[in-house]
Amino acid sequence: MAELAAAEIGGVFRQEYGRAVAALVRVVGDIDIAEDAVQEAFAAALTHWPSDGLPPSPAGWIITTARNKATDRLRREALRPDRQAQAARLQAARPEREEDTVPDDRLRLIFTCCHPALSTAAQVALTLRLLGGLTTAEIGHAFLVPEPTMAQRLVRAKAKIRDAAIPYRVPAEAELPGRLAPVLAVVYLIFNEGYAASSGDSLVRPDLCAEAIRLGRLLAELMPDEPEVAGLLALMLLAQSRAAARTSADGRLVPLADQDRDRWDRELIAEGQAIVRACLRQGQPGPYQIQAAINAAHSDAATAADTSWDQIVQLYGQLLVVAPSPVAILNRAVAVAEVDGPQAALDLIADLRLDGYYLFHAVRADLLRRCGRSDEARRAYQTALAQCGNAAEREFLRGRVLSLTGN
Amino acid sequence: MPQYLLSIYQPDGNPPPPEVLEPMMARLADHASRLRAAGAWVFSAGLLPASTATVLRTDDGRVAITDGPFVEGKEHLGGFNVISAADLDAALAWASELAEITTLPIEVRPVRGSDAG
Repeated sequence: MAELAAAEIGGVFRQEYGRAVAALVRVVGDIDIAEDAVQEAFAAALTHWPSDGLPPSPAGWIITTARNKATDRLRREALRPDRQAQAARLQAARPEREEDTVPDDRLRLIFTCCHPALSTAAQVALTLRLLGGLTTAEIGHAFLVPEPTMAQRLVRAKAKIRDAAIPYRVPAEAELPGRLAPVLAVVYLIFNEGYAASSGDSLVRPDLCAEAIRLGRLLAELMPDEPEVAGLLALMLLAQSRAAARTSADGRLVPLADQDRDRWDRELIAEGQAIVRACLRQGQPGPYQIQAAINAAHSDAATAADTSWDQIVQLYGQLLVVAPSPVAILNRAVAVAEVDGPQAALDLIADLRLDGYYLFHAVRADLLRRCGRSDEARRAYQTALAQCGNAAEREFLRGRVLSLTGN
Repeated sequence: MPQYLLSIYQPDGNPPPPEVLEPMMARLADHASRLRAAGAWVFSAGLLPASTATVLRTDDGRVAITDGPFVEGKEHLGGFNVISAADLDAALAWASELAEITTLPIEVRPVRGSDAG
């Protein structure tokens, strides 16, 4: 048997951790015991697999081993009455093939992680920890939170799930719209934090984007009949297709119009556009699907000049109907500027109350610049600069300020 | 089965006019009877205004009595239900009805020791 590299086992860990934890949570009903058991099972894999080779079903091996580890632990602690009940549950109804008994284990767990009774910060951390298998240190690093703070956040969230009896259950059809929204919001937030890191030195944190897309694919596989789930996946794929072109070799932000479109990922575009077309046929538009369609329109254009801005203005109009927001008005104005000129766009955003949002000032600055109002543009760029925490975007804004100062 | 405290927070001042209050009270009575019929009712009470509250604090082992309420503010606990429910979602379903009927904020908290924990 060929020797297995630790990296390969690490790959299995990344791929199967969420499935294993979800399966264990179902049988043992306790997140901490489930996590400990799965981690012990992966530690055992590191001992056995390099000499024995990869088992036929790595996920099944991990889940069976974790189940045995959890049973051992519960037996050791069997003086506690609740532990006896848990140990009995673990041994009852042992399935033939562990890994495919209850396909929606992970779905249950993601609805628990994203329960509206938990804070958004806790939802994000739990989802990355339990379904993504990220370590507390990795999650802390991704969100620029010290590891002890992140550890405490996770401990508190898990304690609330246990003490308040937040159930492990896919919500009933009637509750689903309300309960699906935070799940999608968490996945999109993870993606956005990776795509346009709100602070820090690099523009993109690719691990978070990859993790969000992995979660998006999982949701799309588990909930094939929810058009907004598909819409979110398409939106992320289409945004991700431009990731390589969004930063220059020296780490600067490249605006959409100036991107080298040959560097866009054609495979991701094709996949995203196919999903958008399938969504259109279903005829149940929602905010994620419409934003995906806007991204698909950009992906269609061979050059920036070929962009179908009329269509994009119209799609933003639809977005404002289903999900009105000042940010959507701002984004629509950006498209309107391409059709009717920068003054028309400035008129649309004149009454927006987005003073604390740096992109509002950046958009306004760009429109003023294009109207030839250099002094006002420079001041708006400076306001945007003062509010922006991302180093690459700050560099871009600083460049714009400088270009307006010399004139 | 876990138990939950449902606290209803009320703005200080006069209650709503009768044309608002009466249908609200009728719906609350219906809610309470369904709670009992479902076997979920444990205890409930409505409270007199926070201006009637008295607060006790110990200082160096001596108990001092002062005019209340404990927390100054524009809203105070106006009443509460203790219910038993299978899990948080079941408790939240009852609490949602209460919020919708009263249009007031409701806080849901698990009761210690009511389940295995």
